[in-house]
Amino acid sequence: MASSTSSDLTLSVNGEKYTLTVDHRTTLLDALRERLDLTGTKKGCDQGQCGACTVLVDGRRSVACLQLAVAAEGHEITTVEGVADGDRLHPVQQAFLDLDGFQCGYCTPGQICSAVAVIEEHAAGWPSAATADLRPEAGPPPLTPEEIRERMSGNLCRCGAYVSIVQAVARAAEANGAAAWGSSATTAPMTSPARSRCSTATRTPASWAAARTWST
Amino acid sequence: MLDGDPDARFLGGGTNLVDLMKTGVERPARLVDVRELPLNRVESAPDGGLRIGATVTNSDLAAHPEVRRRYPVLAQAVLAGASGQLRNMATVGGNLLQRTRCGYFTDVDSPCNKRVPGSGCPALTGEHHNHAILGASGHCVATHPSDMGVALTALDARVSYETADGPGELPIADLYLPVGETPHRETALPQGALITAVTLPPAPTAANSRYRKVRERASYAFAIGSVAAALDLRDGVVHDVRLAFGAVASRPWRAFAAERVLTGAPAGADTFAAAADAELTAARPLPRNGYKVTLMRNLVVAVLSELAEEAAR
Repeated sequence: MASSTSSDLTLSVNGEKYTLTVDHRTTLLDALRERLDLTGTKKGCDQGQCGACTVLVDGRRSVACLQLAVAAEGHEITTVEGVADGDRLHPVQQAFLDLDGFQCGYCTPGQICSAVAVIEEHAAGWPSAATADLRPEAGPPPLTPEEIRERMSGNLCRCGAYVSIVQAVARAAEANGAAAWGSSATTAPMTSPARSRCSTATRTPASWAAARTWST
Repeated sequence: MLDGDPDARFLGGGTNLVDLMKTGVERPARLVDVRELPLNRVESAPDGGLRIGATVTNSDLAAHPEVRRRYPVLAQAVLAGASGQLRNMATVGGNLLQRTRCGYFTDVDSPCNKRVPGSGCPALTGEHHNHAILGASGHCVATHPSDMGVALTALDARVSYETADGPGELPIADLYLPVGETPHRETALPQGALITAVTLPPAPTAANSRYRKVRERASYAFAIGSVAAALDLRDGVVHDVRLAFGAVASRPWRAFAAERVLTGAPAGADTFAAAADAELTAARPLPRNGYKVTLMRNLVVAVLSELAEEAAR
């Protein structure tokens, strides 16, 4: 049982491997910003209440401020620096630019990472608190402004750019082939949106020994 | 797995524990990450119910087809909680063991009987507009913040756990201890126990169920009052009913007194109001949270009326 309060670990971020030594209490957010110089991910409240630090972990949106870096080892991290395809912006990024989905821009990296995942979650048939018919047979609900607002509610914008943010997410969802509001919802099979596309991070723990212990 | 170390903690999604570590409320000497354990499945139970592994995330639980079909109140409760990001991280076991969001508990510079036994409770005379009206004591008036737990309480869930001495199980109604003079003792779990699963018994009544949450903004906020309810009507008479309240007590509050009034009674606003009153006669509001009594009464009538309408369809 390790009694040291730090460890060497390898983080996989935007397809690159980074090896570093961290205090076990270091959050993923601080590791990204302070150690890997990936400052696109922003620190807002540092308490899981604002969403500015949203990143994708195995494709699923998470707040990096409440995740320990050691717990992120073995998982594929995607930050705002990694959502574009080379010089070609992600449709969500393009839509935020085209529709002015921001003012000061501080919350924008988190908004964009969150929106990328929202579109996938919706396409996979995940319901939200705004979804009237929860039955899986009903298929994904139309991605109405109400649905987008509820699904994006974990990302606060102090400038109040919400009107444009909702429009940008809707446009990006349409570009992705998702049903726009008013059109008929397609019945997508229930899938696990994110984990299925990240084979590198799949682990099948066999026993209690799969628990990892860190001294803090 | 904690080796009997009282300063060790299990780490699930971390959405509460990591936050409490930052503020100094929690200072674990060791963390044991349980998310890689094989506890992440939702599967049919032998009795026809549903067994939910402790590390299933809130997102996966709410999206699960069987939960959405057979226990809509649970899917709704989970979706009413936190944000998409937090639901992707948070786990079922962690949800049940999350700590109160009372501002005095989370501020290490304040006295708090839950955090430092015997130090006092500033909430009694201080900021308590979102504190308990049921089951509290002069030692602590904090509420349990879970939405999921309210639905699980209405559904008579059983909580399975593992200890060094072997496995055990508790009905969720017995998981949380009365506040009394020991608000720092929150659950009946043995020291070092790890929650491994939550099992829902088969509940045909739950097919007609819902969760309604009132909060101070439209989304992404803790409840100031919530109701989980399931209703089975036969010829306009209440055949079976489940009712639980959130954000009003130190634990998800099963409204047994209200259920007794409802069972066998004709469905209708008068019956529903009488049932709410039967439960809320035990309410002991503080100077600035008396609104919760009215709120809960209205919520009960509204939710049961909606379910009665649904049942009549």
